[in-house]
Amino acid sequence: MSNNHVAITGIGQTERYRTKLTCSLAGLVREAALNALADANCSWDDIDALIIGKAPDMFEGVVMPESYLAEALGGVNKPVLRVHTAGSVGGSTAIVAANHIKSGLFKRVLTVAFEKQSESNAHWALSPSMPFRPHFNSGAGGMFAPVIREYMRRSGAPDDIGCQVAVKDRKHALRNPHAHLHLPDIDLDTVKNSPMLWEPTRFLESCPSSDGACAMVLTCEALADSGSHKPAWVHAMAMRSEPSFYPWREEVNPHASRECAKDLYAQAGIKNPRKELDMAEVYVPFSWFEPIWLESLGFAEEGQGWKLTQDGSTSLDENGDIPWNCSGGVLSSNPIGASGMIRFAEAALQVRGMAEQRQVDGAKKALGHAYGGHSQFFAMWIVGAEKP
Amino acid sequence: MTANLKSGLREVAIIGYAQSPQVRQERVLNEVEMLMPEINKALAEAGLTMDEIDFVCSGSCDYIAGGAFSFVGAVDALGATPCKMESHVEMDAAWALYEAWIKIQAGEIKTALIYGFGKSSVGELPDVLSQQLDPYYLAPLWPDSISLAALQASLLLQSGRYNERDFANVVVDSRRKAKANNNAQLAGDVNAADLLAAPYIASPLRRHDCCPITDGASVLIISEKSAIPNAALAANGVRPVMIRGMDHRMEVHQLGLRTLDDSLSTKQAFAQVGSQSGIAVGQYDFAELYAPFSPQTLILKDALGLGDKVDINPSGGPLAGHIMMSAGLDRFGMSYRAMQSGSANTALCHATSGPCLQHNLIAALEAC
Repeated sequence: MSNNHVAITGIGQTERYRTKLTCSLAGLVREAALNALADANCSWDDIDALIIGKAPDMFEGVVMPESYLAEALGGVNKPVLRVHTAGSVGGSTAIVAANHIKSGLFKRVLTVAFEKQSESNAHWALSPSMPFRPHFNSGAGGMFAPVIREYMRRSGAPDDIGCQVAVKDRKHALRNPHAHLHLPDIDLDTVKNSPMLWEPTRFLESCPSSDGACAMVLTCEALADSGSHKPAWVHAMAMRSEPSFYPWREEVNPHASRECAKDLYAQAGIKNPRKELDMAEVYVPFSWFEPIWLESLGFAEEGQGWKLTQDGSTSLDENGDIPWNCSGGVLSSNPIGASGMIRFAEAALQVRGMAEQRQVDGAKKALGHAYGGHSQFFAMWIVGAEKP
Repeated sequence: MTANLKSGLREVAIIGYAQSPQVRQERVLNEVEMLMPEINKALAEAGLTMDEIDFVCSGSCDYIAGGAFSFVGAVDALGATPCKMESHVEMDAAWALYEAWIKIQAGEIKTALIYGFGKSSVGELPDVLSQQLDPYYLAPLWPDSISLAALQASLLLQSGRYNERDFANVVVDSRRKAKANNNAQLAGDVNAADLLAAPYIASPLRRHDCCPITDGASVLIISEKSAIPNAALAANGVRPVMIRGMDHRMEVHQLGLRTLDDSLSTKQAFAQVGSQSGIAVGQYDFAELYAPFSPQTLILKDALGLGDKVDINPSGGPLAGHIMMSAGLDRFGMSYRAMQSGSANTALCHATSGPCLQHNLIAALEAC
């Protein structure tokens, strides 16, 4: 049974990951799910199980919302599971869903990840005063700023690499109708002149607060050809976690990130990810995480990742050899709980040849990546156009 | 071959379990401190070290701890490097067990450690759970979990199948059996007449009909058959308990659209488990049911078709101690415990989630 291959036959996203004040939570997730079902050419009745993922419930103020959302997602009378692994959740939810297929117990499952940040304030939700713990009122940007400063110190990268990432990803976003931010006039000066939020991270080097959902239909091998379009195939998937703090913790290049990537590449038989992959959708919520993850994920030697950003290797507009975040990435849309699944789904769209204006020509193998917490929870998959 | 011929399932055994005392209020220890000793106890019982665990999965709820990412701190209890393959469900840890069981069925892992924890004492649990309801039509009214369970109990009374004395007898039975459970919070000899003299807190429910607010943590270890450390288990006197089948089903959220004095999703899951396990209802020696309110025990008993021969909640059940987010996993742990002496061989486990038994999980356990 462990040889069961998993196919992605349907992908659906909400029309645009922007603030949606007039849409209910149920309406939000249902839109993405219906789009995925249409792509997979199947109906609610064809779905055997529903796997929901989202980040902290405090982002919308609904406790364990799968109870309320199951009906809108056709989950009644079916197994419904709710995954929560911090920012990596969109990725780990897809992996949990894929394991349902791989188990042989399910033939076709629907997986949906979402966040509606306009319902609450993420900075507040991430910074409560907890009993027995020091109050850590920093939000995500403040938490990662020291990590970024340490990366800059170690690598000696020029100060404006982060700004270059911000411009590159926002230009990619102009190719993606789903992206929250469409900033047609963005350039290096605009980013450099935007307000400094958490030194060295500027406003335009940060992800937006977005609303949206992403859904995928996963099927067993026998049903893979039933979709409207050609499927993507799961070649490898991996998850790793580590505690927030311990004496030998490596925050810039976390142990869990390296071990997760190593496991992933071993499964996929990949020795040189830059050469063997055609593109990557990687969780970059603050600009400097592009060079940080380029190194941690083995696309560049330690200390050299920023050079790939600088020379345009990761840019679709500059015909780079390894485009990163053709969708515009997390920097252009961040419905937090969905962001990991969007990365996983965008990688799948690329190898299906369905990424439209943001398509990498002839993409056959792509990486989807998500991370969360204090750079401590990782979920990754590699998808391919061909069966593994 | 590791597959069970009847169902094609890989054979998975419970080989370790530990649970903290189910206390009314843990004033000193935080969640990680409650959890760590239990992880070590469960590992010792299973004869495994943390490095031999392929996968860790947990269940917890941020709104019980009162802050986002309550599960993040708990990762401290697992140790640092090498890093763990780890996941978390914002559900009762019985569903974390389900995720791990699926991962074993997928051939991804062989061993898993599952834990759940919660300190319900730090908040107002019935009010917190009201925020689980439809955020547009129900949650703004703050209907607390006890009031909703009372509505369900009223419907059960109206059906004419049971009366309030039957509810009280469930409690009498629970407290009596809990005398043998060292971790129980509520145990002892009570009689129905005395219980019925107590005032209602939400008619027709009295305080004793509701599970007690409880702080605690519990840990379960499972292994695919080929990886069971048989020698270590024999040395520890552990009898592995096989999971012969597991399934869960969801119902409609809106209470008005459900048959509240029955549990259709329990029936659906039970039918599925029956076909996986080949175990008929009459073959179960006992059942551990996650019924947080006494009338729900009766609803579940009827939905499952459990006759009077099947012992229900020999541990005392959730009415004797209820670690929110781990009470479902504890049904598995308590069943495994009860089978160690050899006096029982087959158990039915049940877990629930959502208001008024909206979502139910069923599993069949059989001792080797």
